[in-house]
Amino acid sequence: METILKIENLYKNYGAVKAVKNVSLEIKKGNVYGILGPNGSGKSTTLGIVLNVVNKTSGDYSWFGGSMETHEALKKVGAIIERPNFYPYMTAEQNLKLVCKIKGTSYSKIEEKLKIVGLYDRKDSKFRTFSLGMKQRLAIASALLNDPEILILDEPTNGLDPQGIRQIRDIINLIASEGTTILLASHLLDEVEKVCSHVLILRKGEILYSGEVGGMNSQDGFFELISDDLSELKIALEQNPSIEKITEENGKLTAFANTNLEASELNRYLASKNIYLKHLVKRKHSLEEQFLELTKNQ
Amino acid sequence: MKRLLSIELQKLWQNRASRILILTYFILLSSIALISSINFKFIGVDFRLADMGIYNFPFIWHFNTYMAAMLKFFLAIIIVSMMANEYSNGTLKQNLIDGLNKKEFIMSKFLTVVLFALISTVYIFILTLILGYSFSSYNETEIVFMDLEYIFAYFLKLTAFFSFCLFLGILVKRSAFALGFLFVWFIFECILIYMVRIPKMIYDLLPLEAMYRLISQPFTRFKLYQNIESQVSGATEIRDYEVHLSTIITVSVWIVIFMLISYKILKKRDL
Repeated sequence: METILKIENLYKNYGAVKAVKNVSLEIKKGNVYGILGPNGSGKSTTLGIVLNVVNKTSGDYSWFGGSMETHEALKKVGAIIERPNFYPYMTAEQNLKLVCKIKGTSYSKIEEKLKIVGLYDRKDSKFRTFSLGMKQRLAIASALLNDPEILILDEPTNGLDPQGIRQIRDIINLIASEGTTILLASHLLDEVEKVCSHVLILRKGEILYSGEVGGMNSQDGFFELISDDLSELKIALEQNPSIEKITEENGKLTAFANTNLEASELNRYLASKNIYLKHLVKRKHSLEEQFLELTKNQ
Repeated sequence: MKRLLSIELQKLWQNRASRILILTYFILLSSIALISSINFKFIGVDFRLADMGIYNFPFIWHFNTYMAAMLKFFLAIIIVSMMANEYSNGTLKQNLIDGLNKKEFIMSKFLTVVLFALISTVYIFILTLILGYSFSSYNETEIVFMDLEYIFAYFLKLTAFFSFCLFLGILVKRSAFALGFLFVWFIFECILIYMVRIPKMIYDLLPLEAMYRLISQPFTRFKLYQNIESQVSGATEIRDYEVHLSTIITVSVWIVIFMLISYKILKKRDL
């Protein structure tokens, strides 16, 4: 698969503050990537560096296999970072025309892209009259103008109301379904979980996890169990070699398996010990739980 | 080059405030013609400025360019704010992300500044020709086109001043502070020249002073003034009104310095 962006051992210091520490990643064509991390974890700084607005301290990155200079490469990239930045006194259409001039593309796509984000009937309104949700949608239209090889979105739903979040998410899903590569930075986990195939977790500028979303999930399944006598259940579980850890909470035991243990198998084992369950659920950690788990201890 | 100019002109022209300021500037430039109609009574005698020889070729080139250059402060507001607004709107960042590089960004601003200077120069050239042919006592072609170096000096002076404004806009990021800085710098040069009394060789190199010296004040060259002076002190002082090559070089070097530092600042800064 074609590599769109390659980052190698990237560092960024702001004085004594190390905003990005040894970040490496490779973006392949056609995947949807999520960058997760709490506020201040270095997501925006990393994106800022590859987008030519923040100077790196050391390390390297290359666009499209290093075949072109960054600013030329950026003409094939669509990106919005943090908040929508446009000229407040220009209309939506005029702003997009300016972007076309910068990117060196024709004006022909403006109408199509405004329709995708549902702003075509407001094309002659000045940018400053737009609500935050509309501004964000205009930013997406602007990022799509050149039919980009990759779309980079940094916190696209930040500060939006539920309807706005839904609209943006639908647009992202639509774009992803057309096969466009997307890099989505967010601290909203379900957002990433819903649309991304790959995920990169950052904390204090360091990579904690990098890989497929699915790969992350399969690492630890766990069981929730209730029986009439919890202490008896607990003893039985402790004797099972597949169970690694047991916690008790709200009258419910949670058992973590160290192998891929099936619920039926566990049930059979407990029945053989003469324990009958009132409640048995096998669950996987949601991305949110795993994320909190990963970022908690370090 | 056309692309960069078209980008910058769109940003300027679609902004109502700067559109009004630009139009006002050119209307004010035309008002130089109004000086011709100034009448005043002096010791009971009617004077009309136009008849006093200020519109005589080739002196008019000197007089008009000097007067017109005073209006440059008006355009300075636009130039400082066109840079500062890019910071406050966050559009500088967005322009770069959209694929403009930092060199192109500075170039698009600089080209616009040169265009402003060029249009002002052409405008003043035409205005002066019209005024001269209307009021000048001499209409011979060789006299009319004498002293054209003032027109060139005017162009250079504007370009340099606007480059300075652009540089301040990039350095300070806020229009009001940048204009304040310009004023502080002006005071600073005055202190160096008149209070610290640094040697002439050095103060000739100061940017604002060098720009000022490109077109020296024309009033003492005025016949009426010289008559009064010779009556009061018995002789006229011999003054130097020429556009000096050394000043042209100094100012040109400043333009290059301002643009290079602007680029360096922009390159170094994290947005």
